[in-house]
Amino acid sequence: MSEARKMNADRFGVPAESMIFARNVRKTFGALEVLKGVDLDVPKGSVACIIGPSGSGKSTFLRCMNHLEKLTGGIILVDGDFVGYDLVGDKLYELRENQLCRRRAEIGMLFQSFNLFSHMTVMENLIQAPVQVRGTHVEQAKEEAAALLARVGLSDKEAAYPRQLSGGQQQRVAIARALAMKPKVLLFDEPTSALDPELVGEVLGAMRDLAESGMTMVVVTHEIAFAREIGDQLVFMDQGQIVERGNPREMINDPQSPRTREFLSRVL
Amino acid sequence: MVTRPAQPDAQGQKTQIHGVDALTVVPRRNYAIWIGTVVVLVLAALILKAFASNPAFAWGTAWGYMFHPSILRGLGNTLLLTVLIMSAATLIGTAVAIMRVSPSPILRTFAGVYVWFFRGVPSLIQLIFWFNLSLLVREVSLNLPVFGEVFSVRTNDFMTPFFSAVVALALCEAGYMAEIIRAGIKSVPSGQAEAARALGMPYRKILRQIILPQAMRFVVPPTGNEAINLLKMTSLVTFIAVDDLFYSAQSIYARTFETIPLLIVVAVWYLAVVSIMSVGQFYIERYFGRSDSGHEPEALLSIVSRGLFLGRKKERDNV
Ligand SMILES: Nc1ncnc2c1ncn2[C@@H]1O[C@H](COP(=O)(O)OP(=O)(O)OP(=O)(O)O)[C@@H](O)[C@H]1O
Ligand SMILES: [Mg+2]
Repeated sequence: MSEARKMNADRFGVPAESMIFARNVRKTFGALEVLKGVDLDVPKGSVACIIGPSGSGKSTFLRCMNHLEKLTGGIILVDGDFVGYDLVGDKLYELRENQLCRRRAEIGMLFQSFNLFSHMTVMENLIQAPVQVRGTHVEQAKEEAAALLARVGLSDKEAAYPRQLSGGQQQRVAIARALAMKPKVLLFDEPTSALDPELVGEVLGAMRDLAESGMTMVVVTHEIAFAREIGDQLVFMDQGQIVERGNPREMINDPQSPRTREFLSRVL
Repeated sequence: MVTRPAQPDAQGQKTQIHGVDALTVVPRRNYAIWIGTVVVLVLAALILKAFASNPAFAWGTAWGYMFHPSILRGLGNTLLLTVLIMSAATLIGTAVAIMRVSPSPILRTFAGVYVWFFRGVPSLIQLIFWFNLSLLVREVSLNLPVFGEVFSVRTNDFMTPFFSAVVALALCEAGYMAEIIRAGIKSVPSGQAEAARALGMPYRKILRQIILPQAMRFVVPPTGNEAINLLKMTSLVTFIAVDDLFYSAQSIYARTFETIPLLIVVAVWYLAVVSIMSVGQFYIERYFGRSDSGHEPEALLSIVSRGLFLGRKKERDNV
């Protein structure tokens, strides 16, 4: 364990096997307070599912985890490190861009709208970041990409452009693209909500395989059945706060908070 | 008579209906198009006849000057000016466009003022201004505290007419290019940059490898327009005595008074260059649009020939 990580762990009481450690996370956009002190613990190798009504701050929280948004207050440690800062004494020094990029590259993110690079073929999408960010040799990157495409069942689509793929195929390519960076953790922001119902299954299938292979995942989703089956913990967010958290089965069968109950009755 | 489509029978097999494959389509007759075509053809014939039979046009004389050495030298200068100015304008325009979308308000303001100024002042005035720069600044020198004078040149020595034409028109054209490129950058969905950021790509690479290539699809068509405009705009340099195509023609007909034939020569050369540029633009557009279409791109020739035959295709599914 690195020096900084040990210091952070001692200082903030981070559990040994923690992948995501968020304490009192606050985020405001101007006068709008979107996150009002959120705590979350995601142990390594586990799957956390976040549910909640629209506008409750789920996406914002996820984007804070890889520093796409800067926190207004509180801390998020990923694998024991700050993503965007170095802590020295009581000061958080913003990282230089290349350091920030290096840490961010270890956190994969999947989007509702897939966001494959539309001017590149599937293969080019997959090797872009390994080659450009990690400096991997092109031939090696291609080999690894081919293996990842096989894993998501899209070996025959190497030369296709994103526009020529169905939504489900695009999202599976996006998953392969994220995996190409060998991330420590994957963040999913409603990965299936832009998909036709009959395509949801193939993406959830790929995510299930990932979870079984031991990948740490944080999944914002409306697929309650998926959360119950795959999730190790379920988090219900409302109006910038975590209202209830716990074992997915217990929480879905017997929600404690009336707000959770009301939300679940609407989506189930 | 309407033939019902073949219905699958109980076994799921199609019953054959006689003659389904033998049906042919009779194209709709559009009399307005026919009348229009006749009118246009008659007009074209009249105009051609007027041009060909009027001795003032002196086609023989025009042909004689077509490859005249000073005309060719003028043409060379016109092309050189266009290429130099367009390249410089694209580089400066890209830089200004990137400043205009940058997070820094100072850079954004600077870029905004640049575009406002260089698009706003007539290019002829900018041209004459740069040509006369030596009146304003007699000498350009660099003085460093310790080293003393590093270099010093008289403005007149490097502000030749040609150079001032390149500087003036490039700065002016860059104002237009900046706006075109900015619009292209804005047209790239924000999710593209976001995905690249999430993958750990630095801003510089995101711009160069993700955003600008995608912006190109929107940038190329108006840039082709700009290039053609610029080609013709370079004839302004006549005012500061750069011997471009138009200037060379002028200096010939100032002596010989064969004004119309020489204007024809100039027009024909401009048309020829514009035609070549349009073909180039076609291929560049196709290159940057390659991720768009699911099928092989159509060749230029087949598009042109289809255009000549009023876009009518025989196949039924293309009606
Ligand atoms: N960049 C921003 N600037 C201003 N306000 C923002 C910004 N991003 C998000 N918000 C606001 O923050 C609130 C929470 O947004 P967020 O996208 O996190 O919600 P969400 O829970 O993901 O909702 P959904 O289920 O609809 O995706 C919303 O009110 C939104 O308008
Ligand atoms: Mg969201």
